[in-house]
Amino acid sequence: MPASNPAIQLHRISRYHSMGLATVRAVDDVSLSINQYEFLALLGPSGSGKSTLLNLIGGLDRPTSGSIFAAGQDIAALSPLDLARYRCNTVGMIFQSFNLLPRMTLEENVELPLRLAEIGRSERPARVREALERVGLTHRVGHRPAELSGGEQQRVAIARALVNRPKILLADEPTGNLDSATGEVILALLREQSALGMTIVMVTHERSLAEKFADRLAVMGDGKLLSTSLAKGLAQ
Amino acid sequence: MKTRDLADLALRNLSEALLRNALTTLGVAVGVASLVAMLSLGVGLQQLASKRLSQSGLFDTIFVTPKNSFRGMGRPQREASPANPPRALDEDARTEIAKMPAVIEVFPQIRFFTEVRFQNKPYATVVVGMPDSSKNSGSFDGMQGRFFSSPTANEAILQVEFAKELSEKSGLLVGQELVLRYAERQALAPHVTDTPGNAGEPSGGFSVVPKDLRLQIVGVVETEPAAGYGGYGNARVLIPLKTAATLRAAQVNDLRDVVRDSNAGKTTYPSLSVRATSPAHVEALEASIKNLGFNTFSLLDASKSLRTFFSVFDLLLGIFGSLALAVATLGIVNTLVMAILERRCEIGILKALGAADSDVQQLVFFEAGVMGFLGGILGVLFGWLLGQALTFGTNVYLRRQNLNPIELSTVPWWLVLAALAFAVLVSLTAGLYPASRAAKLNPVDALRYE
Repeated sequence: MPASNPAIQLHRISRYHSMGLATVRAVDDVSLSINQYEFLALLGPSGSGKSTLLNLIGGLDRPTSGSIFAAGQDIAALSPLDLARYRCNTVGMIFQSFNLLPRMTLEENVELPLRLAEIGRSERPARVREALERVGLTHRVGHRPAELSGGEQQRVAIARALVNRPKILLADEPTGNLDSATGEVILALLREQSALGMTIVMVTHERSLAEKFADRLAVMGDGKLLSTSLAKGLAQ
Repeated sequence: MKTRDLADLALRNLSEALLRNALTTLGVAVGVASLVAMLSLGVGLQQLASKRLSQSGLFDTIFVTPKNSFRGMGRPQREASPANPPRALDEDARTEIAKMPAVIEVFPQIRFFTEVRFQNKPYATVVVGMPDSSKNSGSFDGMQGRFFSSPTANEAILQVEFAKELSEKSGLLVGQELVLRYAERQALAPHVTDTPGNAGEPSGGFSVVPKDLRLQIVGVVETEPAAGYGGYGNARVLIPLKTAATLRAAQVNDLRDVVRDSNAGKTTYPSLSVRATSPAHVEALEASIKNLGFNTFSLLDASKSLRTFFSVFDLLLGIFGSLALAVATLGIVNTLVMAILERRCEIGILKALGAADSDVQQLVFFEAGVMGFLGGILGVLFGWLLGQALTFGTNVYLRRQNLNPIELSTVPWWLVLAALAFAVLVSLTAGLYPASRAAKLNPVDALRYE
């Protein structure tokens, strides 16, 4: 069960984009509290603002207004350098298209966040191995992404997101490019991480999977937070 | 990101698009090569000119004349008052000047009109005494035959134009003999006057006695070693200075000195050449010699003008050489901008994983710097080879013209280091815009770009 202490707190967050003379309200006045070790699924149709909200929580984008408290700091007010450090040390991100670097081996891909965090070279192999063990891919370290299946690539992406031992894991449509069986394997893996003590926010449009693996569902539409509810799996 | 990781990533990126990056690096190399070749030519020519001029002794030599000299280097001469007669340029003055600090040697100019007989035919010409040190002046480099065997040898070197008058095949003259006919000065017996007590005073006059001297021709020279400043009429027969001194040949100033009776009984010189240890001492030496009561002249000012000329010459060559490097700079900008466009998504991933703007900027800078450094090394090598090729080609041409080979191009260490530093600096400057563009990439937009 998730602890009641909030890991992420969004207060009246808005993100507007100017497109010519028009203003698009990608996220419009959203307030939301996500507890520590909670697995929250953000649901909604395309263009509802869920990925934009995830990018705001991940520090990839800045809100037009409002504040985002994560790891005890308002990340909306951080300097570009501190925001980069936040992305490096506090959050791990997983993407629908895996976003692995094709010319690097699996091991090198997972090691990349350690380089950016300036972790010592002697410590890195153990950390990489630990992350790969968590996703069950220690036997493929020397392979390149193109030599792996979609599910394996997503597991490498999860290992890369975990290697810096973040407090928050953000996943943007992690099963979008996978078949349903593989998708379930990946979500089971995320569920395990949550159980090991990690706050997870996942964007998905697959309600059934969200109901099955997440703790809570937040539904968005037209940039607004429409509702939040406990997942059925958990409710049952 | 730590420097080692940064370097690792940058080198990996460069090796990804190997052909494109190699061509860009080659572009930098061509630019640097053109710069190095141009400047090495400038440096080589400057060194060539400086060496020749320094060997010629023009810039470390002071020309000394008495204040009553007929020839005043084009400047009006102030006649000394009868109460304070001008000092004679005699052996005492020569010794005094020779003792001054920074003086290597002091030698007189002995030059006289005379007649030379070769194969019983007379030829009028001017004979000059050459000091032994003139052997290293560079004027005798590449001469036919050799320099004098000793400072007192009865040997002659002929100027090629004069040699051609003697024989159509001037080269065959070496080893043959000629007869020098000259007017020897012989002091007259003591002067006897009616005034009591004046008996036995030196007369101050001299008689002229024709003399012959057999000289062996040891060389034929194409340059005009005795045509430096201070010369009056080109000397075409060169003999050792000490040999010339022992001849006591009548010179142009002798009659004047007799008339003035300024230096009775002593050998006077129309001029002395004073060689200093370096051109830096010439100015101070000139002042000291002027204090002795003589006129002086040196080519120091001309040397300064020469240095200014070569500085401007080098600058112009550098500008022309830099044009190719400017084109290469555009190549670097283009390559990096293309690379950033291609790696847009990768930059987005790096940023999403925690890379700071400065990390991305440094990564691009590093890539530009590596291309600049490698291009610089290759460019220096190409530039040196180009210089060597030009030197080789020039020397082939010079040899065909029966001229001595020269070192046309010189690549000193400072040019190697400066070219490398310049190549890296230019490449980093070229990387400024692409690096800034990469650093400013919005990670959300970059990740969306596939």
